[in-house]
Amino acid sequence: MRIRKPVVTGWFAGDGDDFRLLGTRCSACASVFFPREEVHCRNPGCPGGALEEVPLSRHGRVWSYTDSRYRPPSPYVTNPELPWEPYALIAVELESERIVVLGQAVPGVTVAGLAVGMQVEAVPGVLFEDAETVWTTWQWRPTGVEA
Amino acid sequence: MTGEVAVLGAGMHPWGKWGRGFVEYGVAAARAALADAGLDWRDVDSVVGADTVRGGYPGYVAGATFAKALGWQGARVASVYAACASGAQAINTARAQILAGLADVVLVVGADAAPKGFFRPAGGDRPDDPDWLRFRVLGATNPAYFGLYARRRMAVHGDTPEDFAQVKVKNSAMGALNRYARYRARVTAEEVAASAVVADPLRLLDICATSDGGAALVLTGMEFARRHGAADPVRIRAVSTVTPRYPNTVLDLPDLATDSAVAVEPAPETFRASIARVAYEEAGIGPEDLSLAEVYDLSTALELQWYEDLGLCGEGEGAKLLRDGATAPGGRIPVNMSGGLASFGEAVPAQAIAQVCEVTWQLRGTAGDRQVAGARVGITANQGLFGHGSAVIAVR
Repeated sequence: MRIRKPVVTGWFAGDGDDFRLLGTRCSACASVFFPREEVHCRNPGCPGGALEEVPLSRHGRVWSYTDSRYRPPSPYVTNPELPWEPYALIAVELESERIVVLGQAVPGVTVAGLAVGMQVEAVPGVLFEDAETVWTTWQWRPTGVEA
Repeated sequence: MTGEVAVLGAGMHPWGKWGRGFVEYGVAAARAALADAGLDWRDVDSVVGADTVRGGYPGYVAGATFAKALGWQGARVASVYAACASGAQAINTARAQILAGLADVVLVVGADAAPKGFFRPAGGDRPDDPDWLRFRVLGATNPAYFGLYARRRMAVHGDTPEDFAQVKVKNSAMGALNRYARYRARVTAEEVAASAVVADPLRLLDICATSDGGAALVLTGMEFARRHGAADPVRIRAVSTVTPRYPNTVLDLPDLATDSAVAVEPAPETFRASIARVAYEEAGIGPEDLSLAEVYDLSTALELQWYEDLGLCGEGEGAKLLRDGATAPGGRIPVNMSGGLASFGEAVPAQAIAQVCEVTWQLRGTAGDRQVAGARVGITANQGLFGHGSAVIAVR
């Protein structure tokens, strides 16, 4: 059986309703970082505190969206023998963290079904699979709550 | 205000897909710029190269490769890489050497031989590199980011794909008049609308291609220019090379996320707007003083964004400025009279230098059919991957 591995270690965790993107938060100034900063807080006015892991909000609002009608180049992994299936990319604003995080939409969601301001949630997804491994990622899925 | 330097020479190799090496394009541009300046290569005190990343060692570490190809003559050398902003940083390096008294005559050269298709990150597994990660994890090409910005403008400002197409119509009409441009055919709005969607809502003809090309400038001290007989040369009055301020709240290439604004309130102006403001402050002028602008139209929608970031109009008014014809030839502030990236395609390390070449010819009044009548002040603007601001103001 193939093992499941995150495409990047430590950026997300959990299954189902417990799935969360994982950032870090500075213990001194409360700045939040995603992708996670591990060593130094990047707030230039901060004396520098410990960076602690923090789960990000599961829900956010669409800041903008687009799609990839052509096959992206390597290091994106695709099977060149299969016809290219476009996927949507969504930039999502998380209100309490005041951050915009980019991600792929769940399969089946196209730009026609998206609007700026629409609510989406972070869910686990599969980026690609090879002989030994299912590489997992985060995806954004519309919740049905409109702008 | 900072001291000025003179632009004595400007030269370019035509943009295209020539299939030859970047050195050849850079040397051709350098020789053209030296001839334009009436100077011999052996008169050059310092050569500054803008690096391509597609030449093994970045542009064979660019300045020295151009110096070797022109014939070693012992000049001081520097090389810079700042992605799309490399050219402006090369110009700024040259300017700093001149103003510091380290050199009288500096040759600035940038050239690229671009790959077919999407730009991609350097090879190998490099999961600590944000540019590698955005391709690996998201497949987010440069046009995907352009698509995000365009859609955001449509939602927030009411821009339409027809507005975006009109940028291409305007710029292609100018490119048709520019012998250095790669694309010399006028394009209609119908042709834009009929081209394939690349990254919704942007179509192939909304997005700039990647090109081969080379551009060069000969910059000198003002006193040298006078001694050389140039009584009234084009002068560079400002070069902005600023970085963003934390928190940067506009999603920038190649980032997967913005900074969080939860702990620090963002500055009221965006990074792109700060690039222009710093240039204006250094030059002691404002947007109302401009005769023309060359902006980085990586996409048609991005040109409208630059109108606002340069202060040519208020936020959200870019499409109206275009529709009113203000940025067309004969308008209040013509933009991209070179034809822009829409007509050139991007030759990364040469492009910001090419922008200054166009402004130089416009300020001299030698831009031919593209000439902006009575041009006195021009600005160039772009933004390089990873947070490199770039703007140059030239006057005459």
